Amino acid sequence: MGFKHEVFEKSPLLLTIGILVVVAIGGLVEIAPLFYISSTIEKVNGMRPYTPLELTGRNIYIREGCYLCHSQMIRPLRDEAERYGHYSLAAESMYDHPFQWGSKRTGPDLARVGGKYSDAWHVAHLDDPRAVVPESVMPPYKFLKDNLLDGRTIAADLKANKTVGVPYTDEEIAKAKSDLFTQLDEYADDYDGFMARYPGANVRDFDGDPEHATEMDALIAYLQMLGTLVDFSTYKADADDNLR
Amino acid sequence: MSSSVARKGMGLDVLTLGVLLSVLALVSLFLTANTHDPLMKVHAVILLGAFVLGIAALFMRAAGGLGFDQSRYEEGIIKAGVVATVFWGLVGFLVGVIIASQLAFPNLMYFEDIGWLNFGRLRPVHTSAVIFAFGGNALMATSFYIVQRTNRARLAGGVWPWFVFWGYQLFIVLAATGYVSGITQSKEYAEPEWYIDLWLTIVWVAYLLVFLGTLWKRKIKHIYVANWFYLAFIITVAMLHIINNLSMPIGLTEHKSYSLFSGVQDAMTQWWYGHNAVGFFLTAGFLGMMYYFVPKRAERPVYSYRLSIVHFWALIFIYIWAGPHHLHYTALPMWTQTLGMTFSIILWMPSWGGMINGLMTLSGAWDKLRTDPVMRMLVVSVAFYGMSTFEGPVMSIRAVNSLSHYTDWTIGHVHSGALGWVAYVSFGALYCMVPWLWKRKRLYSNDLVEWHFWISTIGIVFYITAMWVSGIMQGLMWRAYNTFGFLEYSFVETVEAMHPYYIIRMVGGLLFLIGALIMAYNLWRTARGDVRKGEVVPDAEPLSIAIPTAN
Ligand code: HEM
Ligand code: HEM
Repeated sequence: MGFKHEVFEKSPLLLTIGILVVVAIGGLVEIAPLFYISSTIEKVNGMRPYTPLELTGRNIYIREGCYLCHSQMIRPLRDEAERYGHYSLAAESMYDHPFQWGSKRTGPDLARVGGKYSDAWHVAHLDDPRAVVPESVMPPYKFLKDNLLDGRTIAADLKANKTVGVPYTDEEIAKAKSDLFTQLDEYADDYDGFMARYPGANVRDFDGDPEHATEMDALIAYLQMLGTLVDFSTYKADADDNLR
Repeated sequence: MSSSVARKGMGLDVLTLGVLLSVLALVSLFLTANTHDPLMKVHAVILLGAFVLGIAALFMRAAGGLGFDQSRYEEGIIKAGVVATVFWGLVGFLVGVIIASQLAFPNLMYFEDIGWLNFGRLRPVHTSAVIFAFGGNALMATSFYIVQRTNRARLAGGVWPWFVFWGYQLFIVLAATGYVSGITQSKEYAEPEWYIDLWLTIVWVAYLLVFLGTLWKRKIKHIYVANWFYLAFIITVAMLHIINNLSMPIGLTEHKSYSLFSGVQDAMTQWWYGHNAVGFFLTAGFLGMMYYFVPKRAERPVYSYRLSIVHFWALIFIYIWAGPHHLHYTALPMWTQTLGMTFSIILWMPSWGGMINGLMTLSGAWDKLRTDPVMRMLVVSVAFYGMSTFEGPVMSIRAVNSLSHYTDWTIGHVHSGALGWVAYVSFGALYCMVPWLWKRKRLYSNDLVEWHFWISTIGIVFYITAMWVSGIMQGLMWRAYNTFGFLEYSFVETVEAMHPYYIIRMVGGLLFLIGALIMAYNLWRTARGDVRKGEVVPDAEPLSIAIPTAN
């Protein structure tokens, strides 16, 4: 052997450089191409950024650590398709900063929970999970009903999302705070404007307490839209650019 | 830094640290005054308090004319690290038992008015406490111990190692208080928000420089193998940490941020990070520990020098590729999954290279397994390492993973690595270091080490067998069909089926915690210099407690 390992053992600098080079390679090869190989994300119809209320709900989902027990990633396996619905597409989390795929199913997958239960069911379930599902091990989230939404940071939230690539318009950012409350009221003045900005969004009071805009409203608004955006009637799973 | 400067008390180290702390104190004062974010405010106050305390401590040291005796090893910091390791270990195990009991007895362990005690907020407290607080302090303390001994040089940087130590404790406090109050970015093992990440980056770079600086000062020509592993651990964790945490804060006085990446790219980056948190934090660093304490305790040289070279480079090269095995059958492109699976299976080889090197170091000293419970702990840890690095590659096979993913099988795998390998090798190192550091002839009691060993081994067996059974059962139940071609079980029926195993796991965890309490007691009595009645005091001093010198 012409090369002697000694050179690394005698120089902290060379050892450092050697380690850096060796550990950099794998990540470069596996991660970098995901940003420019266009087939990484399927072409679909229907994806739109979250409404301010949904985004607020999503942040509550993150804050409470829901992702630690619930996945949002349906695998293309027969039983999962039957239990949860169409397997998840990469496109469905393209506006998710960060992603919420999860790694453990202490509870069921939530990727397509939207529309599966009524709002009232969700309220009762979040209030006291075992009142609805006696064997459940889920914690109670009654306190969400008492936490009022003030929308203090919502415009900044949308703006930061825009900076990292979510296509929010300036108008959406400017209206973020009023949109937050508009989504809770079918008779709001700006209803039509809101629906134009966020096509297909659910507009109603979610937590059964129309007097207050609460964290419970936000979380349920988020849950009720999960997995409902992509229009699968126009999605061709076998199309060339959707094969990965 | 020349020793004469350091000795005066107002050396370059004190000066630079003083400037840094003053700047940071001003920044946190600004934060405290200007933030409208109530959660950020609490953290700003904690930061401000910590920096002011730091400055005060520096002044007191400087006024006292800190006499760093450059001819001796820095040992105070290792003692502090030992105490921190034991303390955070107990906290982390306790929180583990609490969340285990929440899953076993949800009716008793949740309180609807105390949302912050919910599973979702406590689980990251557990994972961060055991990995970063317990494991991290064990790694720092042992790395500081080993890098001095094996290079015959005092720690570089004067007061900076103390900055690393306290800075790291501050990071832990910020992370844990953040989780319970709702500050998290939801990336597993990288939950702390952007400003806590920045703080850790500063601390970590200082750690790297202290470590490298000490290597620079070494009086031994060759850098010993344990140091390669520690260095790889420090460098790689820095790289992973910085890239996985890139994010956009919603404001400089707000705690919330949004990850730079989204969806599939974010998932890949996260599990590139996550798997290598395992590979470099929980493995490479602890292999460094193994490479010092196993030969030292066995009083034998490392089995094969050549094997250590080959498996070192192979291990750090291959580990980095294995991340996609956390994303099998997800929306991650197939080519990435296949690469990840392939490298994960290959990873079995260098992993077992390390195990073989550790175990075979005992050749000719196998009788120590019988006579020395500390040696036994170390060896069993290496055996568990071998077991979990065999199980891991098996779980990386797509077909196997389709069953194991999302189930308790993963949790069982985690804890055979975490309890059996990470915790046991750390316990072994603590049992070695405490008598050496406090200059005691022996441990307070070997019998108590026996008790610790057996109680926690039974605990581990309870834990991981329960999780294997429940995980495989759950995976099979999810995919079971009845004769009519319908799914046999509803989801909640699988939850119900887990119940007995969750209880067994909780009991196992409790036993593990009791074992650790016995250890804490034993170490405390050892440090005090006590010897338990009826146990012999050896006449001969072990080599390692001969007066420490750096020359
Ligand atoms: C050759 C070595 C190893 C390989 C190939 C490996 C492979 C795996 C696989 C396939 C999973 C399951 C991923 C999933 O389905 O979600 C996993 C999870 C995990 N492993 Fe390993 N493993 C190895 C060694 C270890 C060791 C030694 C430890 C601990 C000290 C460890 C800690 C973990 C942790 C913490 C997780 C859970 C991650 C999460 O989902 O949060 N692994 N590993
Ligand atoms: C008294 C001992 C312990 C008990 C009772 C315990 C209990 C638990 C429980 C209940 C969970 C949550 C599992 C789930 O979500 O289904 C967990 C997760 C975890 N624990 Fe522990 N634990 C203990 C010790 C440790 C130690 C020593 C380590 C590491 C050094 C560790 C590392 C982890 C990790 C990495 C996870 C997350 C696994 C994943 O996401 O896949 N635990 N533990």
